[in-house]
Amino acid sequence: MRFFHQVYVIAAKDLRAELRTKEAINAALAFALVILLMFSFAFDPQEETTREISGGLLWIVFAFAGTLVLNRSFAREQPNDCLDALIAAPIPPAALYLGKVAANFLLVLAVEMVSLPVFGIFYNVRWTAQFPELMLVVALGTWALTVIGTFFSALTVNIRLREVMLPMLTYPILVPALMGAMLLTSGLVMGKPIGPESAVWLRLLIGFDAIFTAVSVLLVETVLVG
Amino acid sequence: MSVVAVDGVWKFYGDYAALRDVRLEAAAGSCLALIGRNGAGKTTLLRTIAGFSRPGRGQVRIFGQEPRQAEARRRMGFIGHGIAVYDELSALENLVLFARLYGLADPRRAALEWLERTGLERVRNGLVREFSRGMRQRLAVARAFLHEPSVLILDEPFTALDDRAIAVLQRLLREALASGKTILMSTHQLREALDLASHVALLNRGQVAFQGAATPEMVSDPGYVYARYGEA
Repeated sequence: MRFFHQVYVIAAKDLRAELRTKEAINAALAFALVILLMFSFAFDPQEETTREISGGLLWIVFAFAGTLVLNRSFAREQPNDCLDALIAAPIPPAALYLGKVAANFLLVLAVEMVSLPVFGIFYNVRWTAQFPELMLVVALGTWALTVIGTFFSALTVNIRLREVMLPMLTYPILVPALMGAMLLTSGLVMGKPIGPESAVWLRLLIGFDAIFTAVSVLLVETVLVG
Repeated sequence: MSVVAVDGVWKFYGDYAALRDVRLEAAAGSCLALIGRNGAGKTTLLRTIAGFSRPGRGQVRIFGQEPRQAEARRRMGFIGHGIAVYDELSALENLVLFARLYGLADPRRAALEWLERTGLERVRNGLVREFSRGMRQRLAVARAFLHEPSVLILDEPFTALDDRAIAVLQRLLREALASGKTILMSTHQLREALDLASHVALLNRGQVAFQGAATPEMVSDPGYVYARYGEA
């Protein structure tokens, strides 16, 4: 119980700091909306093929915009050496990490929830047709993005080119989860429910989330303390 | 039993040995002033003792425990080069945050008490980014003392402090020593440090060149240790 309270304290601190400055969320939101708009110029929304790849386009936007949020996650601790104070506190590194993952998850999800209606309008898709299943896929895909991204945010926090390094490290590892989320989302926004064929991608997403959450929790102390 | 025991610690950055077979001990109620030129390894040693990085060889023990163990960290307070408080949060929010992380029973009460002790109670709801340098430093002191640590690890605590912050810190350190707490501090301000220190250790190129009790000669002439146990 105490562990989850520590996770909550870290997440609440990050959310409060972000909502005061709105540095990351404003940038991510503006970026997501601009990219959605630009893609809508590039692809004809009336064409069937556009709808078929719409899930892919959407997750590219989510992944790029999400990186802007994730880049700030540990970078926020650098001014005043705040990370030292967190590492010195008697909390498990896993609680620190999962608190940051939870805050990032909510911030990225907020960007996605604003982007989805805009996506529906620009690409002429009924994204609410399979709403609960779509939300499940969005949540699982976003968790994958934030778990991997937060881990590499910790790893690259002291690197001068961290804004470049974070996506370079995150995206290759994220490929299986992104593939699953893209394929599932494409079907769902076209009104097709998750069937036996696509369920394998859902299981892959769940497995990816479970495995990488466990691996990151195990490795985060080594990343933070060496 | 020593409160802090450093036993044969080496720390490497690539091939470079920043600490070489360092052995130190600090007993309960003592104040060890760690002195040495820039680059001697003082900050590396204090960060290793505080558990921010692991030694390449050797071991550090705080109350007989490895510094990364939660119980050791609960009993440790650290002031480093940064103030380690958040600019986007208020003074009260910062202290409540750390009080919660240290598992204090009443975080708000503890935070308010330390804001009062450091003279910041009137600006408790002000954002730290709006504070003067001296106020930020006093808040950093409050953050380090908030959970009543038994061991204080202070990396150049008097550097860049204003007069009021120096007075606050010296008063708190005297009170801490009087109540049996242990202090390890690195410093270039030898007069302020020797005023408090019961023991002195001189680091030279990652090695302990001298370690012993502070003597009247050192207090009257802060350059004495360097002259007597000088650096090659």
